[in-house]
Amino acid sequence: METLEEIKTQVKDNPILLYMKGSPEAPQCGFSAQASQVLMACGEKFAYIDILANPEIRANLPNFSEWPTFPQLFIDGELVGGCDIITELHNSGELEPMIKSAAAAV
Amino acid sequence: MTVQQDIEEKLALVLMPKHLEVTNESINHNVPEGSESHFKITLVAQAFEQKRLLERHRMVNKILANELAGAVHALALHTYTESEWFDRNGDAPLSPPCRGASLFD
Repeated sequence: METLEEIKTQVKDNPILLYMKGSPEAPQCGFSAQASQVLMACGEKFAYIDILANPEIRANLPNFSEWPTFPQLFIDGELVGGCDIITELHNSGELEPMIKSAAAAV
Repeated sequence: MTVQQDIEEKLALVLMPKHLEVTNESINHNVPEGSESHFKITLVAQAFEQKRLLERHRMVNKILANELAGAVHALALHTYTESEWFDRNGDAPLSPPCRGASLFD
């Protein structure tokens, strides 16, 4: 229960939040690497949480988000998706405005 | 039945795709030889019409919930409607390379 509250707070307090394996500087999984690269390309600061270092978060986030895999990107408290969705939204030009508007609202 | 066949059958049955391609990419990852842990799935289906990517992926994740709770560790998912697939000339993106974390990380 505590972990669930923690996740809710993280998602609420960070308008752009990536749950990933490793860090953007040292990603531990190809999907997490690609997702963080795409986010960095949008040119705004974003928060990340390394789920390998936070096993409780890792165990509970899929129930919260109803999403079984990692990475997971949240913008303004809403799940956007995993690596394939983030990449596809980036390629279609939809991601950057979403990121910019979330960053501008801080 | 292999995990791959199981995935193919379930997706074909529920989504009735126009195009379905399931590739076992486990060999590219840090898992034992012969694993069925990482798959790339390309799906073209009418069921995806008027649905956002998030909803499309949720549909697939739901159909494969048992597999994802078991042997399957990662899915690269590419979901298109017929017209999107036509516009792409039938080309799905490549999966990103492994960065080393094992299944237990």
